[in-house]
Amino acid sequence: MRIIVLLKQVPDTDEVKMDEKTGTMIREGLQAIINPLDLHALEEALRLKEKKGGEVVAISMGPPQTEEALREALAMGIDEAYLLSDRKLAGADTWATSKALSKAIEKLGKFDLILAGEKATDGETGQVGPEVSAMLDIPFSTYVNRVKEVTSEGLVVSRVVEEGYEDQFLPFPCLLTVVKDINEPRMPTLRGKIKARRAELKLLKADDLELSESEMGLKGSPTRVVKINYPKISRNAKIYSVKDLNKALDDLVDILKKMAVI
Amino acid sequence: MDFDVLVVGEVRNSKIHSVTYELTSKARELADKLGSEVEVLLLYSRCEDELEDLIYRGADRVLFVKNEELKFFNQEIWTNIVTDVALKRQPYIMLTGATSSGRTFFPAVAAKLNTGLTADCTGLDIEEETNLLLQTRPAIGGNVMATIKTPNHRPQMATVRPRTFRPLPKDESRKGEIVELKPDESLFNVRVKTLRFERDESQNVNIQDADVVVAFGKGIKKPENVKYISELAEALKAAIGASRAAVDAKWIGYPHQVGLSGKVVSPKLYIAAGISGAVQHIAGMQTSEYIVAINKDPEAPIFRIANFGIVGDLFEVIPELTKRIKLEIEKSGGKNK
Ligand SMILES: Cc1cc2nc3c(=O)[nH]c(=O)nc-3n(C[C@H](O)[C@H](O)[C@H](O)COP(=O)(O)OP(=O)(O)OC[C@H]3O[C@@H](n4cnc5c(N)ncnc54)[C@H](O)[C@@H]3O)c2cc1C
Ligand SMILES: Nc1ncnc2c1ncn2[C@@H]1O[C@H](COP(=O)(O)O)[C@@H](O)[C@H]1O
Repeated sequence: MRIIVLLKQVPDTDEVKMDEKTGTMIREGLQAIINPLDLHALEEALRLKEKKGGEVVAISMGPPQTEEALREALAMGIDEAYLLSDRKLAGADTWATSKALSKAIEKLGKFDLILAGEKATDGETGQVGPEVSAMLDIPFSTYVNRVKEVTSEGLVVSRVVEEGYEDQFLPFPCLLTVVKDINEPRMPTLRGKIKARRAELKLLKADDLELSESEMGLKGSPTRVVKINYPKISRNAKIYSVKDLNKALDDLVDILKKMAVI
Repeated sequence: MDFDVLVVGEVRNSKIHSVTYELTSKARELADKLGSEVEVLLLYSRCEDELEDLIYRGADRVLFVKNEELKFFNQEIWTNIVTDVALKRQPYIMLTGATSSGRTFFPAVAAKLNTGLTADCTGLDIEEETNLLLQTRPAIGGNVMATIKTPNHRPQMATVRPRTFRPLPKDESRKGEIVELKPDESLFNVRVKTLRFERDESQNVNIQDADVVVAFGKGIKKPENVKYISELAEALKAAIGASRAAVDAKWIGYPHQVGLSGKVVSPKLYIAAGISGAVQHIAGMQTSEYIVAINKDPEAPIFRIANFGIVGDLFEVIPELTKRIKLEIEKSGGKNK
């Protein structure tokens, strides 16, 4: 089984502190990490390989420092890593990202499965997985919380939706986006880290993709961010101490009645 | 017409899902600014609600596809049909709910149509000078609001967070047409098969549709204490949410997780008990209409985004609150709502 994992490097929001005055995130000096959900995609790929044999390949599009994310993936045990990095691709929206990734994937040869995170913590769109699959014209599923069965033809997965769980069958080749519930990602081993340091990354450039410049990067993106606002998050809460619990509950019950929730 | 707005609605459990009415209402406003029409597309195998209702609430035309193959959600069939309808009707704007199904098939449709898609919008408007759709969405965990345009590609597509817009009141004098579409058989011929659907019977899991969400975090200390929360939730007919810390501790299932790596909710009322209010949690609930926080730490960041806070031990506060609410409901004749 040959599995391709889509990895994105994102800023580490775990370290984020809020600016009390403006109510915004302080992003300076944040470390870059592998998008947390992509670690679950990676883990699932490694487990499938351990069970069924084969190969796990990761690909990431981003600035040159994305190399770190791919080295981490190598340390966790993937076989090959592709870095798609080019100034011409900078500023891509989900359509242009998906276009570049799907063109790059076509260069990687035959595969059975593509795994991606359900969404990235920075863009938070969750669109790249479904868009890549549509561009490659392969079946896909999202919100996958379990791979239940793998046969020679395809797989049965369970997906989490609003009101429960849905089982789907997908024939190979196909694409899945996964949620955190699917597994517990492993830590890289020391041996893995040493190997990863020496491993060779495969580099891909915009010219390798057979795309016109009007399909790449910011210029090739159908959407444009035209304005950024920083909403203040404070709602000026009425704060009560538990010493005044009775008064607090009187007031709260009044509010709930006015809101017609009781 | 040239500037039509197409809403792809959702029928869940044979009922038209509320997000459909919310989007129809917003689409009406957009279409009025553009001087165009609102079409609503529904795909289902069974629908118990009257389709006229959509016309009374803002649509000019309801397009429906009724087929046994649509009994379960199938992203491939949906992608095929919606793409086909979009190619034939050439809408100027296309909207659907940012639900698990909307967020699944809409990106695939956008890719097929080679156009942009803005995820999870909480604001939509028309820019007067250009007639372009202004799409506003939270970014970076909701700390930034970004406004996005799709200047040169059509349709302009957006998924919209449920509970963002209000449905229009029913106006039975509104006229419109209802049209059955019969898509080509081949569009149903797909590779993905939906085998079964299993409703999650664990209590009150549908946190995205609920008017009231009662959420708990690490502060409840142990799984036995979830009962304090369940009792309050039951009294309020609320769904139960949780922080990631509580889900990671296996005190409740992942479908209940609110936040960056869980679900985004915007209920009328969100009660957070024993939740510190980390940015990743806030990202999932800050658009709630009214937020009540109960935490024993006066410095907990959750108080900064709350409308109403009680600094105290939740084991003291919650049972009292539950009692008072039950009493209140009894007083008003035992009917909740
Ligand atoms: C990439 C990423 C994604 C994440 N995604 C999410 C997400 O989707 N959702 C999410 O929630 N988190 C998410 N997190 C985790 C988040 O950063 C926090 O760790 C988590 O929200 C903390 O949960 P908590 O508030 O329950 O626990 P804690 O931070 O431990 O807070 C417990 C609170 O309970 C209070 N308390 C304790 N005892 C009592 C009592 N008896 N009465 C009243 N109050 C009491 C304490 O004062 C404290 O404020 C994510 C983190 C990362 C890095
Ligand atoms: N630049 C990228 N390189 C590789 N994979 C990506 C990239 N952007 C997004 N992805 C994949 O698509 C998923 C969803 O991302 P997003 O649509 O940005 O929320 C991520 O979890 C990744 O698996």
